[in-house]
Amino acid sequence: MKRKNFIYYSLIIIYFLFILISFLIDFQPGKKMGMNFRINFIEMIKILPFTFILIGLFEVWVKKETVEKYLGVKSGFIGYILAILLGGTTIGPMIVSLPVAFTLFKKGAKLSIVFTYVGAAAVCRIPMTIFEVSYLGMKFTAIRYLVSIPLIIITSVFLGKYLEKRDYELIEEKL
Amino acid sequence: MENIKYLILITFSLLILSFVMDRGKTIKALKIACKKFRNIFNTFISVIIIISIILVFIPETIISHYITGGNYYLNVFIALIIGSITMIPGFVAFPLSGILLKNGVSYMVISAFTTTLMMVGIITFPIEKKYFGFKVALLRNIVSLIIAILVSISTGILFGEVF
Repeated sequence: MKRKNFIYYSLIIIYFLFILISFLIDFQPGKKMGMNFRINFIEMIKILPFTFILIGLFEVWVKKETVEKYLGVKSGFIGYILAILLGGTTIGPMIVSLPVAFTLFKKGAKLSIVFTYVGAAAVCRIPMTIFEVSYLGMKFTAIRYLVSIPLIIITSVFLGKYLEKRDYELIEEKL
Repeated sequence: MENIKYLILITFSLLILSFVMDRGKTIKALKIACKKFRNIFNTFISVIIIISIILVFIPETIISHYITGGNYYLNVFIALIIGSITMIPGFVAFPLSGILLKNGVSYMVISAFTTTLMMVGIITFPIEKKYFGFKVALLRNIVSLIIAILVSISTGILFGEVF
């Protein structure tokens, strides 16, 4: 573990030194790399802290029974609708929806609904959709929604059933 | 883009509300937030570093080059692969798609590219693995790839590009 950490931090330091030197000697690919890092880092750092605060508040305030009732084993079709709405209003890429999904599961949401949420958060985020429509047109987006949402629900149900049979548990690995 | 303002506004309102209602619980919530954030932070940094390196090797110009012209189905295939590997934020990906569309790239290819971009994450796999475990993360990505293929085929058919 210690050794792994050492290698990890060394590589990070080498990476940033490389970027720094690239900017000093005007090395284009290295500068491009730095810009790429910056774009994604800023995008994430604007979203992640708030997401995790919301997750924290959710864990503290929302009762397990409530999640079980609306998203649990007995929730029925409404659960899937809620999962899609929740996914649609999630901001940011999959890095954001994964910890949310994990928290939902820990609070008693069933697996198929958790997977539906992750899928919906990937394909039908509302803010992103508005952007998409303006560049690619309504028809393109409509097709994407109408084909992907039913497929996401169907595959999530199967994946959920398959894993429940095997007593699957989500585990948050520690580094 | 993606209306981050609302996220910040909602978070702060709820945080204040929570603090007024129960101080102890709010502090506990913030501690949970910190712990969870720290757990994922290293993986998160590694992922963006890898993305930044990969995007130097497959820059936007190369993406356009490989999915324009040539064999139609090969283009769809390449778009699926590039979309699965890279992670590009929406505010870069959609304008790029818009340009590609103007340059004559088909809707089917763009659909393959954007859908895999959103649903399949080879580079973000280490993060997904941390939450779902290896097997489930793998299954979810394979299923997502199949969905992306079906979405792009439907797009191709409905825009009259195939059959």
